[in-house]
Amino acid sequence: MQLNRTDLLEAYRRMKIIRDFEDFLHDEIAKGEIAGFTHLYAGQEAVAVGVCEHLSDDDKIVSTHRGHGHCLAKGCDVEGMMKEIWGSREGLCKGKGGSMHIADVDKGMLGANGIVGAGAPIAVGAALAAKLDGKGNVAIAFSGDGACNQGTTFEAMNMAVVTKAPAIFVFENNHYSEHTGFEYAVGTDKDIASRAEAFGMKVWRADGTDFSSVHDTMREVLEYVRAGNGPAAVEFDTERFYGHFEGDPQRYRGKGELDRIRAERDCIKKFRETVTEAKLLEGSDLDKIDAEVASQIEQAVAAARAADRPTAEDVLADVYIDY
Amino acid sequence: MTKMMYRDAVRNTIFQEMQRDPNVVVLGEDVVGGMGTAGGPEAIGGIWSTSGGFYEAFGPDRVIDTPISESAIVGAAGGLALSGKRPIAELMFADFIGVSLDQIWNQIAKFRYMFGGKTKCPAIIRLIYGAGYNAAAQHSQSPHAILTGMPGLKVVMPSTPADVAGMMRQAIRDDDPVIFMEHKALYGVQGEVPDDPDFVVPFGHARLTRAGQDVTILATGMMVGMAEAAADTLAEDGIGADVIDLRSTSPLDEEAILDSVEVTGRLVIVDEAPPRCSLATDLAALVANKAFASLRAPIEMVTAPHTPIPFARELESAYLPNPDKIEAAVRKALAYN
Ligand SMILES: Cc1ncc(C[n+]2csc(CCOP(=O)(O)OP(=O)(O)O)c2C)c(N)n1
Ligand SMILES: [Mg+2]
Repeated sequence: MQLNRTDLLEAYRRMKIIRDFEDFLHDEIAKGEIAGFTHLYAGQEAVAVGVCEHLSDDDKIVSTHRGHGHCLAKGCDVEGMMKEIWGSREGLCKGKGGSMHIADVDKGMLGANGIVGAGAPIAVGAALAAKLDGKGNVAIAFSGDGACNQGTTFEAMNMAVVTKAPAIFVFENNHYSEHTGFEYAVGTDKDIASRAEAFGMKVWRADGTDFSSVHDTMREVLEYVRAGNGPAAVEFDTERFYGHFEGDPQRYRGKGELDRIRAERDCIKKFRETVTEAKLLEGSDLDKIDAEVASQIEQAVAAARAADRPTAEDVLADVYIDY
Repeated sequence: MTKMMYRDAVRNTIFQEMQRDPNVVVLGEDVVGGMGTAGGPEAIGGIWSTSGGFYEAFGPDRVIDTPISESAIVGAAGGLALSGKRPIAELMFADFIGVSLDQIWNQIAKFRYMFGGKTKCPAIIRLIYGAGYNAAAQHSQSPHAILTGMPGLKVVMPSTPADVAGMMRQAIRDDDPVIFMEHKALYGVQGEVPDDPDFVVPFGHARLTRAGQDVTILATGMMVGMAEAAADTLAEDGIGADVIDLRSTSPLDEEAILDSVEVTGRLVIVDEAPPRCSLATDLAALVANKAFASLRAPIEMVTAPHTPIPFARELESAYLPNPDKIEAAVRKALAYN
C-alpha cells in the first residue's frame, strides 16, 4: 500500500533524525566527551521507523543495548535523550541510565537494555497486560541475531504462543553479535524466523534496508496480531554502519564490506531514490528535512552540553518510590 | 620476574596452563572473536584481550567461542568439569551471572556436597567486574558478596598482576569451583610477575600491603589501591595503617584480619558493593564476634550506597568509595575514644 505524502515525509524525517543523532554521537564520542558504552543504530533506521510508525503510545516496545533508534522512532524526546547520553540530570532518565537504559514508559518505550536477551520476556508481560486490557494493543520485542541465541528469548517465544499473547518478536539480523558472525552463532539453517516458526508462530521475513518493505510487512503482522491470533515474529535483514561499540576496529568485516553496505544497503539513500524516482516526493522536500533535522540535532547537542549536571545527592534518589 | 599488565597476567597464565594440561579448556562469548566472519578468527582474544592467540595455539575444541547464552556457557563448564576437564568460562561482564545464576548456584556450587563428596567440579568462572567506566547499572557491578555466600564456591579477587598469575594458576589446579573476579579498571595496571611456571598464590592468605599500628584497613580489588593511597596520606600525619588485601573472600584469612585488629583496635572496611548483606557487613560481624575486646572504636565501613550504579560521571564517582572517604573514616575511628 502506498503511503501518502505526509506519511512519507514523516517517515523520512524520523529515519533522518536517527541517522543524524548517531552520526553526531559518533563524532562526539571520538572527542571523549561522552562517558560509558554507546552502541549506534545507524544503518538500521528503516526497521525501527517502519515498525514504530504503526504504533500508538499504548503499544509497547522493549529495546536492546542498541536502543537509540527504537527510542527515537517510538517518540522519545530528542533533546531529553541527548541530555541523558551526556549524563545530565535534565536527561530522560536524569543521568541515571545513559545510552543503554533510555526509557519513556509513557510513550510505550519500556527501555533500552544492557542485558542481551532480557527484552523478549518483558515484551511478553506487556503483551499479556494488553490482552487483559482488551483494546487491541500489542507489545514488540526488538532482538538482534545475537539475542536470538539466549534461552530467555526461546522461553519468551514459547510462553507467548502458549498464552496467545499479542507479542511480536522483531529480529534485526545485522549479521553480527559483537565480533561474531551470524553464520557461526545461529544454528538453525541460518534463519532466525524459522526458529520462531518452530515454536508455532506465524512468521514474516523482509529486507530491513527497504523502508516500504518493512512498513508493508508490519502492517500485515500487526493486523494479524491485533486480531487476536496470538504472537508473531519477523526477521529483518539489515546492516549496522558503525562498530559494535564506539572504538571497535571491526576486523571481522570483509574487505570493502563497509563501503559496499554504505553504497548498496543504506536505507535512507534507498528511500530517497525510490520516492523521488516514483515522483512521490521532490528532492527539495527531502533536502528541507535534512536541513531541519541537522539543526535540530545540533541544538540538542548544544542543549545537552549546557544542561545541569547531577550532584552527589542525586545518587540516592529514586531507588524506591518511598522508603 | 617479568613486568606485565594485569590483563596479560590473566592471558599468559591461562596460556601456560593450557600448554601444561590438555584438560584445560576455555569457553565464552568472543573468546576467539571473528568466528563465522569474512575477517576470520581474531588474534586479539575477546573484547578484554585476555585470550589472545589461544585459538591459534589450541584449536576450536579447547577454545570454544560460544553464542550469547550465559546459562549454557556456565552449565557447560559444570558438565565439562564433572567429566574430567578443567573449564575456564568467561562472563564478559560479571553482571551477566544474572542470566546464568541457576547453573552457578544450584549446580556447580553444590555438586560435590549433594553427591556425597564423590565428585569434584574444577570449573572456573571468570567474572569481569567493577565500576569506573560509567557503564551504568548492568555493566559495573561487584557481585562478590552473593557468590561468597554460596557454600561450595571459592571466590578470589586479585588486585595485582602477580596475584592474578598466582591465583589463576591455583584456580586452574584447584579441584573446587572458583569464581575468578577480574576488576576491569585494573586491566591496565603493571606489575612484576614471578617467572616460575609453578608459582601459585594459595587461597585464604591475605596480603599486607602497608604496615602500621593505628588502624586496620581491609580491601579487595580496586579498593586496595584506594586504601593504599589513603594510608600514604595518613602516614604523612604520622598515622600508621595496616592495609590488608584479602585476595580471596572464600576462603577468608580470618587470622590476618584478627591479628591486625588486635594490635590496632580500629577497623575500616572498604567495599565497592552496596552495604546491605555485604562483604563489609560480613567482615564487621567477624571482628565484632571474635575481636570485640580489642576494638577501641566502632567499625567503620566505606561502601557504595544502597542504590544501583548510576551512569553519569559525577554520579558514579559519588557512588564509589575513594581515598578521601577512606581517610575520613580512619580519622573518625581514631577520634573515637
Ligand atoms: C547477557 C549479556 N551477554 C552478553 C552481553 C554483551 N553484549 C552486548 S551486545 C552483544 C551482541 C549482541 O548482538 P545482537 O543481539 O546481534 O545485537 P547487535 O549488537 O547486533 O545490535 C553482546 C554479546 C550483554 N550485554 N548481555
Ligand atoms: Mg546483531
